[in-house]
Amino acid sequence: MAVEGKTIDALSQFELSPVLGVFGHAVSFSQSNLFMVVAVALTWFLMKATADRGALVPGRLQALGESAYEFIQGMVRDQVGDEGKKYFPFVFSIFMFVLFGNLLGMLPYAFTYTSHIAVTLTLAAVVWVSVTVIALQRHGMHFFSYFFPEGAPTWLAPIIIPVEIISYLSRMVSLSVRLFANMVAGHVMLKVFATFVVLLGGLGAVGPFIAAMPLAVNVALVGFEFLVAFLQAYVFAILTSIYLHDAVHLH
Amino acid sequence: MNERNGFDERLRQARAREGLDKRPEGRGNLPQGPWGIGLRAGVEVVSALGVGIGIGFLLDRWLGTWPWLFLVFFVLGSVAGVGNVYRLFMPRPGGK
Repeated sequence: MAVEGKTIDALSQFELSPVLGVFGHAVSFSQSNLFMVVAVALTWFLMKATADRGALVPGRLQALGESAYEFIQGMVRDQVGDEGKKYFPFVFSIFMFVLFGNLLGMLPYAFTYTSHIAVTLTLAAVVWVSVTVIALQRHGMHFFSYFFPEGAPTWLAPIIIPVEIISYLSRMVSLSVRLFANMVAGHVMLKVFATFVVLLGGLGAVGPFIAAMPLAVNVALVGFEFLVAFLQAYVFAILTSIYLHDAVHLH
Repeated sequence: MNERNGFDERLRQARAREGLDKRPEGRGNLPQGPWGIGLRAGVEVVSALGVGIGIGFLLDRWLGTWPWLFLVFFVLGSVAGVGNVYRLFMPRPGGK
């Protein structure tokens, strides 16, 4: 699969193909969409299990759900302040969707939907547009003073305003590129070293011993990828809350 | 005695958590390692530059002024990128 004619084919893992037979072909339902549905279903089941039980001393599943909930709740409270409480469901949904996307991608034969710029850019655009709409709702036309800091000399306006607008637009790009690039880089590295194992393993009697080295690297990389999966979901959520803070408080 | 001190501390924390008392405003605690900061700065510069180039290129295509607006927005994008990194290390003074 990875080795075709002794070459390293690290990018074919990101190709989309329809699943679920005729139905999938008819509506172009790819494995990316399938894993999005799985992620949403898993989040729903986790939250339902957490809320249904409601035990005073939580079991394992309930503890997992509660810690995820309280983690994001604390983050939104610290970053946005008390006005941020009503935006908590939004940040929590984004966080769980990204987290499950990253973690499901670590399973063998699974597809990492967060490794497609189309998906991460859409997520970032949703965040960006909602943050802008929230800022407009709360501050009205005063929102546009964000693009020209108080106290700057007026003759600098033709430079500062385009720069600030570009900087504001670049939030969307940096948010999406960061997640996408991290996931792609990690999975490409995993695939490259896994291919080394196969290629070196075929080198006759000494092969298996040499192949142990890339295998060891891959073991370490899998651990590292789990860290990156959590970290990138955390970074995505905390940047969303920082942007919400800017929208709510508007310096 | 000890019990009572602990109670006051917990009460204060609980009041702050429920928003009854004012809390000092905390600002982002993103990953602070050298790799975290370096990657973040790089992404900020590249994305601002990309947005600037994109805007300049599209405006040029629309107005037929290639390559002047592209050059202007290239510079503006670089400035915005440097500005992003500056803001990363020197956050806007909080409060106001």
